[in-house]
Amino acid sequence: MSELEILKTYKIYIGGQFPRTESGRYYPLMNKKKEVIANISLSSRKDFRNAVVAARGAFGGWSGRTAFNRGQILYRIAEMLEGRKEQFIGEIVRQGGTRKQAELEVRQSIDRCVYYSGWCDKFQQLFGTVNPVSSSHFNFSVPEPTGVVAVIAPEDTSLLGLVSVIMPVIAGGNVCVVLASESKPLCSVTFAEVLATSDLPGGVVNIMTGTSKELHSHFSSHMDVNAIVYTRDNKDEKKLIAENATLNVKRVFFWNNDWSKAGSENPYLIMDLQEIKTTWHPIEQIGVGGAKY
Amino acid sequence: MYPDLSNSPVVDQVGIEERVARFNTRSIKKETKLQGLKLALNMIDLTTLEGKDTEGKVEQMCYKAMHPADDIPGLPTVAAVCVYPTHVKTARRALQGSSVKIASVSTAFPSGNSTSDIKIADTKFALDNGADEIDMVISRGEFLRGNYHFVYDEIAAVKEACGKARLKVILETGELSTLDNIRKASDIAIAAGADFIKTSTGKIQPAATMPVTLVMLQAIKDHYDRTGIMVGMKPAGGISTAKGALQYLVMLYETLGPKWMSNEWFRFGASSLANDVILQLAKEYKGVYYSKDYISND
Repeated sequence: MSELEILKTYKIYIGGQFPRTESGRYYPLMNKKKEVIANISLSSRKDFRNAVVAARGAFGGWSGRTAFNRGQILYRIAEMLEGRKEQFIGEIVRQGGTRKQAELEVRQSIDRCVYYSGWCDKFQQLFGTVNPVSSSHFNFSVPEPTGVVAVIAPEDTSLLGLVSVIMPVIAGGNVCVVLASESKPLCSVTFAEVLATSDLPGGVVNIMTGTSKELHSHFSSHMDVNAIVYTRDNKDEKKLIAENATLNVKRVFFWNNDWSKAGSENPYLIMDLQEIKTTWHPIEQIGVGGAKY
Repeated sequence: MYPDLSNSPVVDQVGIEERVARFNTRSIKKETKLQGLKLALNMIDLTTLEGKDTEGKVEQMCYKAMHPADDIPGLPTVAAVCVYPTHVKTARRALQGSSVKIASVSTAFPSGNSTSDIKIADTKFALDNGADEIDMVISRGEFLRGNYHFVYDEIAAVKEACGKARLKVILETGELSTLDNIRKASDIAIAAGADFIKTSTGKIQPAATMPVTLVMLQAIKDHYDRTGIMVGMKPAGGISTAKGALQYLVMLYETLGPKWMSNEWFRFGASSLANDVILQLAKEYKGVYYSKDYISND
C-alpha cells in the first residue's frame, strides 16, 4: 500500500475554534528553494474584531479562576507541547532552521511555559503590598489583570517568540489576540492546537496569521482592547500604535527582548499587564477602647 | 364566523430553510448598513420581563429607550418599551412627552394558563394604566390538542377588550413543534383580529428563528394578498446581534416589501440587541471598533 501524505490546512484560532479567515484571502509560504509549503490565512480586521469579541467573552471566566488553576493549565500546555515536540521541530526546519536550532527553540519554549506556570500564583504575593496608613484601615494593594491584550508577536522566530509573549499575558489572568510571525507562521497554528487540548478555555488565546502592516492600526484603535504589546521594530508602526492607543488610553508596551536569552523571562512582563488595585478596609482601632489584639 | 382552518397550507420545511440561507448571503455595507441599523434600532421593543423587575429598572430602561446613545448624533428612539402590566404606570410616567410607545404583556404571560376572566382583567388593567399595545399569549395547550376555536375565541375576546390599542399575539413557536402548526396558529391569530403576530415570549427555547419568522411573514403576505389588510410581525427573543437584525430586515423586505419597513409594521422584541446595534453604529460614526464599556447596560 502506498502512503499519500495528507497536507495540513493552516487556519486561524478564534474562540477555541479553527475557522478560516472570513476574508477568504491567503498568502503562500515558501521554503528556501522557493517552493510553496503552505497557504496561510491572511487575516482581516473582521477576523480581529471577531477575536476581540471571543476574548472579551472569555475574560470573566479566565480572570475569575483561581491563580493556582491557571498555573495548572499553563503547565498542561507545557505537557502538550512536549508531546508534540517532533511536529514543531519539523515545522521550524521546513521554515529554514537547522535541526539543532529547532530542538533548542522547542526546548526553550517548553521551559518558558513551565516558568510562567509557576509564576501564576506567586507574583501577586511578591508585588502585592500592605500599605501603612494613618487612619484605622487595613490598606492593601494587589495586582489584577488588565483585560483584553492585543499582541503583535515577534517576527524572527516561529514558536519561541510567540510562547514568550503569550505566557506572561495569560499567566496574569488576561486574555489575548495575537498576530503570529508573518514569515514563520507554521508553529503558531500548531501551537493553537496545543492550546485547544490543554484545558485552556476557548477565547483566552486567539491566534491570527497575516501582516502587521495591515492589522497594527486596528489592533491599536479597537476600543475594546485594554492593552497592546508590540515586539517588532518598525518605527512607523510603533508611532501609529502609540497614537491610536490614546483613543481609549490603552497600555502600550514595546517588548524588545532577545527571547532566546534566559533573562528574557521574568515576572515584570506579567506585571506590565496588571493594574494595581488598592483596598481601604475599615478596622477597629487597635489598642483603643479595650480592643486586645 | 370561524375561519376555514382547512385552508392553512402545509409548509415545505426544506424550502423554507433554503430560502432563509439565501437571505443570509446578502451583503449590506456602508450607507445601506447605516440606514439598516438605524431602522433596526427604531424597530426595537426594548424589553424587560423578569420577576426581579423594579420601578428603578423600568425607569432606567425607559430613559435608554428615549436616549439610546446621546453621543452619536441622529439616532432614532426605539419603538416601544415592553413591560409587565404592573410596571405600565411607571413607564407611562417615565416616557412622558416622548413618542416611545408602551407595550404590555398580558393574559397570564408567559404561560397563558389562567381563566378567561383573569386574562381580560389583566389586559384591561394594563390598558387602564396607559398601555398603547398589548402582547397576549395564546393557549398553546388548547391549540396543540386541536381546540382551535377556543384559541380563536380567546384572541377575539382580548382584541375586543383592547379597543383601539394594538394587539400583538404571541404564538410561542418554540412550543408548537412544527412549521405547519406555526402557520396554522398564524392564520388563526390573523383571522381573530391580531394587529401583530409575534413569535415568542422569550422564556422558551428556541425563541425567534428565521425559518419560523419566514413562515409567519408568509401567512401575513397571503392574508394581505387576499384581503388587502396589513398585519405586523414581531420576532422576539434570541436576536441579539446587529448582523442578525439586518438579516431579518432583508427577509422582511424580500417577503413583504417596502410597506412593512417601519416600526408600525415590524418590531424586534429584544433586550440586548439595542446595545449591539449601538456598538455597530458607533463603529460607523467613530471609525474604530467600539466597546460596550462606553454604552449603558440597561
